[in-house]
Amino acid sequence: MIHFVLLISRQGKVRLTKWYSPYTQKERSKVIRELSGVILTRGPKLCNFVEWRGYKVVYKRYASLYFCMCVDQEDNELEILEIIHHYVEILDRYFGSVCELDLIFNFHKAYYILDEILIAGELQESSKKTVARLIAAQDSLVETAKEQASSISNIIAQATK
Amino acid sequence: MIRSIRACKTAAEERAVVRKECAAIRAAINENDQDYRHRNLAKLMFIHMLGYPTHFGQMECLKSIASAGFPEKRIGYLGLMLLLDERQEVLMLVTNSLKQDLNHTNQYIVGLALCALGNICSAEMARDLAPEVERLLQFRDPNIRKKAALCSIRIIKKVPDLAENFINPAAALLKEKHHGVLITGIQLVTDICKVSTEALEFFRKPKCLDGLVKTLRDVVNSPYAPEYDIAGITDPFLHIRLLKLLHVLGQGDADASDCMNDILAQVATKTESNKNAGNAILYECVETIMSIEDNGGLRVLAINILGRFLSNRDNNIRYVALNMLMKAITVDAQAVQRHRATILECVKDLDASIRKRALELVYLLVNESNVKPLTKELIDYLEISDQEFKGDLTAKICSMVEKFSPDKIWYIDQMLKVLSEAGNFVKDEVWHALIVVISNASDLHGYTVRALYRAVQTSIEQESLVRVAIWCIGEYGDMLVNNVGVLNIEDPITVTESDAVDVVEIAIKHHSSDITTKAMAMVALLKLSSRFPSCSERIRDIIVQNKGSLVLELQQRSIEFNSIVEKHQNIRSTLVERMPVLDEATFSGRRAGSLPATVSTSSGTSLNLPNGVAKPAAAPLVDLLDLSSDDAPVPSSSGNDFLQDLLGVDVSPASVQPGTSQAPKAGTDVLLDLLSIGSPPVQNNSTPSDILSSSQDNKSSVAILDGLSPAPSGGAASMIDLLDGFVPNSPKPEDNGPAYPSIVAFESSSLILTFNFSKPPGNPQTTLIQATFTNLSPNVYTDFVFQAAVPKFLQLHLDPASGNTLPASGNGSITQTLRVTNSQHGKKPLVMRTRIAYKLNNRDVLEEGQINNFPRDL
Repeated sequence: MIHFVLLISRQGKVRLTKWYSPYTQKERSKVIRELSGVILTRGPKLCNFVEWRGYKVVYKRYASLYFCMCVDQEDNELEILEIIHHYVEILDRYFGSVCELDLIFNFHKAYYILDEILIAGELQESSKKTVARLIAAQDSLVETAKEQASSISNIIAQATK
Repeated sequence: MIRSIRACKTAAEERAVVRKECAAIRAAINENDQDYRHRNLAKLMFIHMLGYPTHFGQMECLKSIASAGFPEKRIGYLGLMLLLDERQEVLMLVTNSLKQDLNHTNQYIVGLALCALGNICSAEMARDLAPEVERLLQFRDPNIRKKAALCSIRIIKKVPDLAENFINPAAALLKEKHHGVLITGIQLVTDICKVSTEALEFFRKPKCLDGLVKTLRDVVNSPYAPEYDIAGITDPFLHIRLLKLLHVLGQGDADASDCMNDILAQVATKTESNKNAGNAILYECVETIMSIEDNGGLRVLAINILGRFLSNRDNNIRYVALNMLMKAITVDAQAVQRHRATILECVKDLDASIRKRALELVYLLVNESNVKPLTKELIDYLEISDQEFKGDLTAKICSMVEKFSPDKIWYIDQMLKVLSEAGNFVKDEVWHALIVVISNASDLHGYTVRALYRAVQTSIEQESLVRVAIWCIGEYGDMLVNNVGVLNIEDPITVTESDAVDVVEIAIKHHSSDITTKAMAMVALLKLSSRFPSCSERIRDIIVQNKGSLVLELQQRSIEFNSIVEKHQNIRSTLVERMPVLDEATFSGRRAGSLPATVSTSSGTSLNLPNGVAKPAAAPLVDLLDLSSDDAPVPSSSGNDFLQDLLGVDVSPASVQPGTSQAPKAGTDVLLDLLSIGSPPVQNNSTPSDILSSSQDNKSSVAILDGLSPAPSGGAASMIDLLDGFVPNSPKPEDNGPAYPSIVAFESSSLILTFNFSKPPGNPQTTLIQATFTNLSPNVYTDFVFQAAVPKFLQLHLDPASGNTLPASGNGSITQTLRVTNSQHGKKPLVMRTRIAYKLNNRDVLEEGQINNFPRDL
C-alpha cells in the first residue's frame, strides 16, 4: 500500500501531504525533512526509486514539483509511477494546464481530487473521466449550496433591515 | 490570506502574518461563527501545511462535519484527515457523525464519510462502523461501492477478525463490469486473502479463479477504450491488480498455478514494452511467474524478459530488473548466470541505487568457477569507484575472495590488491584472517613478504596494508633480504636489511599511522633487530624515540624492547623466533563464534594492556600450549576471553611489587586461582626498579630464562612453568635438593614472616611448614591472627598458633604450623595468600600478601 504522498517544490516547500499510515506530527515533519534531503539532491538521470528506511519511495519530477509516494517493498514501482502520472493528468485536466501556483492557491481542490483517486493507500479509480465527473458533481453541489446561502442571508438581511 | 503569506519575504514576517491569522481564527472559533467556518478551516489547513501547530482547530473540524451543508462537511472531513491521525482521542467523537453520514441520502456525503473512514479510522471505529460499510458494499451506486471496498480494506487491516464477513460481498464485487469497482474489489480480495487463509481457500476454487482468468483475458484482448486507455493499453492498473491477485492465489498451489499458465504466457508475450505502462505490466507478470509453482517454459520466458529489461537504457527498468533477478536466483541460478556480463556492467553504473543492487546480485552469483574473473572486474572497479561505494564494495570483495578462493596464492594476491586500494575500508577481521592464511602458507612466505614490500612502497596510506606488511616484514624479514623461496612468477628484487628497516621506520613515523600500527611496528623492529644484527643499533635508536611517547602502550614497549636489545642479546633470538603457524581452523571457528577480533593475532589491538605485563611477541595464546619454540615467555594478559577458555586461566595482570603488602588485586579476588595468574613473579631481591614495574617484571622473567637455560629440561616442562608465570624462588635454581631452604614469606616494615619446610616421610606431596612471625616495630601487637588461602590443587591445614600477642622489636615470636598437601606435586609449586590481622594500640591493622617464592618441588 501507499504509506504517504508528498508534494515538494524544488526549494523544499511542502505543497501537499497525505498520510495513509499513522505518523505523529513530529514524525511527519521528520520524514518530510529527511525525504526532501534525499530526493532533492538526486541527479536527473538517476532512477526514480529510492530505498528509505525499509520502504521504497517512488518520485517523479514535474516542472518544479516532486511527487513522492512511499510504498512497501513488495509493491510494483512502475505501477506507482503510473499512478503518479494518472494523478497529474487529472489535475491537468481539472485546472487546465496546471502549474504549481494552482496547487498552492487551490490546495483543497488538489486534496479532493487525490481523495477520489486514492483511499487507504490503494488505487480507487483508473478512469480519468469518472474522476472528473465526480469532482465536477461535487463542485456543483458546493456552488448551489453557496448560492442558497447567499440568497437566504440576503433575504434575512433585507427582512431585518 | 495565501497571497499575503506568499508575499512575505522573510521567515519572521511570515510568522507574524500567520500569528495574526491564527489569532483571528481563534477569535472566530470562540464566537462560534458559522458563516466563515469553512474559510477559516481552509486557512487553518494551509497554515498547518506550512508547519505551524494548529491543534485549536480540531474541534472546529468536528463542528464543521456535524453541520448540515455539503461544503462545510467537505471541508470538515478534509480538515479531519489532515489535522488528525488515528491515534488521537478526538477521533472517537467523530464516530457518531460518521455513522449518520454513512446513512445519508446524499451519496456524495456518504462518499465523503467513507473516504474519511478509509483514511484514518482506528480499530475501535472500524469495529463500530464495519456493518455499515458492509452494507454499502452492495449499494447501487458504483462510486459508493468502490469507496466502500477500499474502506473495508482498511477495516480488515485494523481488525483482521472481521475479514470473514467481507468474503462474500467481495466475491460479488469480482463480477463487476465497472472498472473502478473491479479494481477496488480485486484489491479487497487480495488483502482478505493475505489476512485469512480460509478466504484464500475460498478464492482458489476453480469457479472464482476461472472468473478472474477470464476477466484478465477480456482486458488483455479488449479493443481500444478511450476512457481507460493509457499508452495504448487498456487499463494497465486493472492488469496489474489482476496479476497481483493471481500471484497471491497461485503461490503454493499447483492447481491454481496451472489455470493461470496460459494467460500469463499471453500477457508476457503480447504486452508491448516500449512504454512504462507496458513495462509495469510485464514486471508484475514476471513477479507472478516467479512466485507460482514451477513451470519451466514460463520461467524461461520470464528470465528472458528480465534480460531485455537489463539492457534497456531506462534506469528505472534496469533497477527493477536487478531487483527481480535477485529473487530469480533462488529459482533458477543458471539462467541468471547468463546475464552476468550485463550485471557486471551495472555495477559500474552512474546511478547509486543501480550500483548497489548490481553489487548484491553479483555477490549472489559468485561461485567457484567464476570467482576469478568476477573478482578481477570488481577490483578493477574498486580503483575508480567513489568513496561511499568503496566500503560496500570492499566488504563484498573480501568475503567473496575468502569464501571461494581456489588457492592461497591467489587469495593473497587479491587481498593485497584490495588492501592497496582500499585498505582503510577493510575491517579488522579481514586482515586478521589474511595474516592467518599467510602464516599457514609456509611456502609462500617469501613471496608474500616481497609482494607486501613492493605494495607498501606505493600505498603507505592504507592502514591495514601497512599493518600486514610490517607484521610480515617482522616475521619473515630474513626471507625478504635473502630472497628465500622465490617463485618463478616473481620479478627479482633486492632488498637490503636497511631497506626493510626503512619501511618499518616510515610506518612508525608516518603521520596517519595510528597506535595499533605503531605498536605493531615496534614489535616488528624487535624481531628485525634479532634477525638483522647489523641494524641493531639503528633499530634501537628508532625504538628509543618512542620512550617518551604519551601513549602508554608505545612507551612501555619502547622501554622494554630497548632493554631487551641492549642488555639481553642472549635471549633475544629465542624471544623473537619465528611464530608458530596460526591454527586456521580454530581461528575460523572462533571467528564464526564472533569472539573479539583480537583473538588470533598481533599485538596491535589490545590497548588495554594493563600496566605491568611484558609482551615481546604476539603469538596467539592458543599455541603456547604446543609451542615448539621458545618465544612468548610471559603470557600476555590481554584480557582475552579466548585465552581464558584455553588455558583455564584467569588472565589478569599483576603489578606485584616485591615486599609490598599489596596482593595482586587486578580483578582476581578469587583466591583459589592464585597460581593461574599469569603474573610475573615476585622477586624479593630484584634489581633496582625502573619507573615502570613492567620492566622489573621483564627482568625477572628474563631472570627466569637465565635461570632455566642451564636447566636441562628445555622444552615442555619449562614451558609449562613459564605459562604459569612461575618463578623459582631464587635465581640460583636449587630446585632439586631435598633440603628446602626457608624463605621469608612476607616482609613489611613492621612484620616478618618466615617459613621453614620439612617433609614428613612417606608422603612427598605433603609439606610441613613452620611459620614464624616476628614483630619489627616498637609496638606490641595483640590479637594476632594469621590466615592463609591456597589454590584449588592445594590443601591447607592450619594448626593453632602458639600465641596471639607479638611482642615488640623482635623480642619474641609467634609460631604456627601449617600442613600443605600439593595434589600437583612436581607440576605446580606452592602459592599462598596470606592475611594477617592484629591490633596495634587498639587499632585494627590488616596486612595481606601473596607468597610466591616457595621452593619448587614442594
